Amino acid sequence: MSAEGAGASLQSGEAAASHIVRQPGHAGHAVEAQGLKRAFGRRMAVNGVDLRIHAGDCMAIFGPNGAGKTTLLRLLGGLLKPTAGSAVVGGVRLPAGDEARGAVGLIAHATMLYGALSARENVEFAARMHGVRNYRDAAAAALDKMRILNRASAPVRALSRGMQQRVAIARAIVHAPAVILLDEPFTGLDDAGASALTMLLTTLKDGGAALVLVTHNLAEGLALATHVSVMREGRFARCDERSAIDATRYQNDYRELLSHDA
Amino acid sequence: MTPNALSGAWLIARKDLTIELRTRTAFLSALLFALLAIVIFYFSWDPTAVPASDLAPGVLWVIFTFSGLLGLHRSFGVEQQDRAIDGLLSAPVAREAIYLGKALANLVFVVGIQIVAIPAVALFYNVAVIPVAPALVAVALLAAVGLVAIGTLFSSMAVNTRLAELLLPMLSLPFFVPVVVPAAQATAKLLNGRPMAEVAVWLRLLGAFDIVFVAVCMLAFPFTIEE
Repeated sequence: MSAEGAGASLQSGEAAASHIVRQPGHAGHAVEAQGLKRAFGRRMAVNGVDLRIHAGDCMAIFGPNGAGKTTLLRLLGGLLKPTAGSAVVGGVRLPAGDEARGAVGLIAHATMLYGALSARENVEFAARMHGVRNYRDAAAAALDKMRILNRASAPVRALSRGMQQRVAIARAIVHAPAVILLDEPFTGLDDAGASALTMLLTTLKDGGAALVLVTHNLAEGLALATHVSVMREGRFARCDERSAIDATRYQNDYRELLSHDA
Repeated sequence: MTPNALSGAWLIARKDLTIELRTRTAFLSALLFALLAIVIFYFSWDPTAVPASDLAPGVLWVIFTFSGLLGLHRSFGVEQQDRAIDGLLSAPVAREAIYLGKALANLVFVVGIQIVAIPAVALFYNVAVIPVAPALVAVALLAAVGLVAIGTLFSSMAVNTRLAELLLPMLSLPFFVPVVVPAAQATAKLLNGRPMAEVAVWLRLLGAFDIVFVAVCMLAFPFTIEE
């Protein structure tokens, strides 16, 4: 496996505009994007992103606020239509039919939960919307994985922010998606929740799911990732294989990059 | 196996109704508005000048139109909190199923208001609704379908704006007119004991508007929520 730009130092956006992770010997990619662009008015939020992620890989994407990370995830999740370029997620070209969205699990800033429904009802609703046959068992298993099964009957609005986040994660994985898109998933989680999430993501990754993790938390990102990248001004400014970098040096370089942007 | 459009719509409608049943905020507000409107109209009414059977249809359709808007506004409002709409949009169901599910829940909401408001109006204005009950139910249902079809679409459009509460009635009310006019006319003819043939004309018109509005709104809906 190699990554374009591997080992390169942190640099400004134009220098290393693409991020292509290749896994020799594997024909298909869980996620593949080419020249992906998305504009909001005149502003290019995502400006020509190339991306390939294999099943079982985890790409962590770091970057300052407004770099286009969340927009990229929403594009890959089928929630936004690209202005230009193409993406294939879970073997289906986007924008695509309804079936394509079944391959994706999305964890975003907001919990995407209904406060008046219980944790169990929220997760069961998501399972049924994804056509999970044994939705009750699947929901219970997902809640159990996030160590929130004991509060499954509580209305979501009565749960703390961290517990809501656990339910949101259970909601996103209940249909065993092949691709999981995570936008700041550690937000609001306490140590136990963060630990449960790290274990869960590791298990999912080992089970063949492809993860795209957007986070400001470098330590969490580096702990999970097989590939790491930095996004600035809608492009990948740097991309590396996790095994090719030193975590401490990477964190120092990243902080220096952010200080230039500030 | 992903749910088909109808089962997806049913799931969404059931979810919305469960939320409304738990919170009861929109239904109780709409019901309170309906009852207050009936009382206000009653005390401003001069029975010697306007017969009850002439006033009651107008009162009924003013109530259904405006109390329905309260429920329609909430329809997509519940999806905005914590961006639950993203969860719906990322599910493998057709966008049209989301529209159908929302519309179905809204229809139950409006019919719920009608079930309380029609007997209340009959009681206050002493109009005989029992002899014309089947036809009145048909008028109420057909008009409710039209109102809900339009309102659900505009609710999805208005909810993302800062002036959603103002925008929804502004967008919806002009389009409600083709539904409310035949409904009020049919109700007036029923309460005045006119022949069914005269009512049937308005019922057919309502049915035609329903078909057009449901079809057009369902086709337009995906464009209102796709970014």
